[in-house]
Amino acid sequence: MASGLTYTAVESTALSTAEYYGKVMCELGAEHPEIVALTADLGKSTKIGVFGDAFPDRFFNVGIAEQGMFSMAAGFAKAGCVPFVSTFSVFAALRAADQVHADICYQKANVKIIATHGGTSFGQAGSTHHAIVDFGVERTFPNMTLICPADGMETVNAVRAAYETPGPFYIRINRGFDRVVYDSTDYGFQLGKAREMRQGTDITVIACGSCVFQAMQAADFLKNSDGLSVRVLNMHTIKPLDVEAVQKAIADTRRIITVEDHNVIGGLGSAVAEVIADTGKGCAFQRLGWQDSFSTIGLHEDLMSMASIDSNGIIEAVRAVMHKDFEVDDNWDDEV
Amino acid sequence: MALTKQEWAALETKANELRSLTLETTHWAGSGHIGGGMSCLDMLTILYYKYLNLSDDPNWEDRDRFILSKGHAGIAWAPVLCDKGYNDPEQLKTFNLTGSKMGMHLDSNKVRGVDASTGSLGHGMPIAVGTALAARVLGKKYWTYCILGDGECDEGEIWEGAMSAANFGVTNLITFVDRNKCMIDGPTEQVMKLEPFADKWAAFGFIVKVVDGQNLDELDDAIAFAKANDTGKPVVIIAETTKGAGIKSIEGNYIWHYGAMGEDMYAQCKADLAETYKARMARAEKEGK
Repeated sequence: MASGLTYTAVESTALSTAEYYGKVMCELGAEHPEIVALTADLGKSTKIGVFGDAFPDRFFNVGIAEQGMFSMAAGFAKAGCVPFVSTFSVFAALRAADQVHADICYQKANVKIIATHGGTSFGQAGSTHHAIVDFGVERTFPNMTLICPADGMETVNAVRAAYETPGPFYIRINRGFDRVVYDSTDYGFQLGKAREMRQGTDITVIACGSCVFQAMQAADFLKNSDGLSVRVLNMHTIKPLDVEAVQKAIADTRRIITVEDHNVIGGLGSAVAEVIADTGKGCAFQRLGWQDSFSTIGLHEDLMSMASIDSNGIIEAVRAVMHKDFEVDDNWDDEV
Repeated sequence: MALTKQEWAALETKANELRSLTLETTHWAGSGHIGGGMSCLDMLTILYYKYLNLSDDPNWEDRDRFILSKGHAGIAWAPVLCDKGYNDPEQLKTFNLTGSKMGMHLDSNKVRGVDASTGSLGHGMPIAVGTALAARVLGKKYWTYCILGDGECDEGEIWEGAMSAANFGVTNLITFVDRNKCMIDGPTEQVMKLEPFADKWAAFGFIVKVVDGQNLDELDDAIAFAKANDTGKPVVIIAETTKGAGIKSIEGNYIWHYGAMGEDMYAQCKADLAETYKARMARAEKEGK
């Protein structure tokens, strides 16, 4: 079991998200002999090492050399293998950005990047090991599909979808344990389609990753305490974004909050803002996340609280946005 | 193993054709990486016209792979890929022009026969390690050949790839370094020292062969040696070359890393190539077996 730092008291019997990843990789490896796995001295931490235990001839640990690893993965893909590559998100997105950009995305190489220790989930390691700009980087690479699953079950679905869909993927998962959002993998995961976790008509909270559970908790609380009807969307696929779901949220609720363990610049909030701007419709809007600031050292749950991306932060933001005036009247016809 | 007179002469004739076509392409494009293109042209010639196991289908899965890590030498590689029948030679006339499929750094999704898009330096070495290891995983017998630039070896990623090649015992990969001793800002030893270069490769776990990269017979011997190598260590062939090789007027001058030429200069370069061909045919006749 991973020594996950978060939520261990509640989820002590479950597998960590990365352990689900390792498990599904072994299943995929048995099914598909062309799958290879690469890591940069993080076989144990990312859990891709269990694939190596099962298929040692298809596992390549390149040492602490991420740039070479991603180029090698492109070479494997160009020759007909399907490489899964795992390292910490911050190194996949930044140390090897040029390799992912030129060798993988430009060539449309069939490489699956499973980036672990996403967001601030490697709490005590501090900002050198936190990935709060990776969405911004990956989202701007043409040909890249970007997913941030909400929990282990969704990770299993995302990894399988990545195998089944040709082209480059970046799947960001957390270190340690995520609060369980789905009881099983059998809930109808669809790549590029947001999942409505709570129905609602007053406001929509669009979240990804570990923030999905927090948003659901906030919605349940606000229903009881404030009588608010809060829609919660799990936007697991950040690119291609489910534009239709965002447009529907604008039309139905006219108030939107985004929540992500990422800088508010460049990530999910920016992607949703782009859709809002494109529609030309008025919409009260707030982006929760790291407010263009580096994170700090601490437990992941404490850091989420500091960034106001936990349930308390979301509750406060919902109340504020419910009081935000975005339009003097309710007449949509006079808007651009 | 050595080239026969006949074989050597045929390769010299092909190399001459390709040098002329590279010069012409540079002229059509208005400018180009002629210096580093010419320096690796003998390597391209012997690989494509003696060693690479290819078919008419550039996507044949058992084909030998070739990765041009010094992607800017695309201006010398494109003529080869046209001459081999993978691409229409007419495309060379639009090299680098807006809308052309071919430009400075060849795109694997647009130019047939290109196994990897390169251009960002340092990437080709580990890409080649990946394609070579893929042969092992997929149970294929193909070889991977890779040409690096010497200036490119300043990049840390080259050495990441080199460590992987040695660590995983990648002996179905043959790596060349085009040691033309020049980079954009000047001679390599002035910009960033590479020497003792052969010792560096040896220290990274390679068997090192240093040859005259403008001598097809020496290149042939080195490749034959690498293919017969059964030590479990990878081989690197350091090809001592001359920037702009074959065109006396620009040879050895780092300024010709990338250049444009007027009509007079173009005519002079053509005359230089004719002289080179004569001299090299005489050498083949004298030294060929």
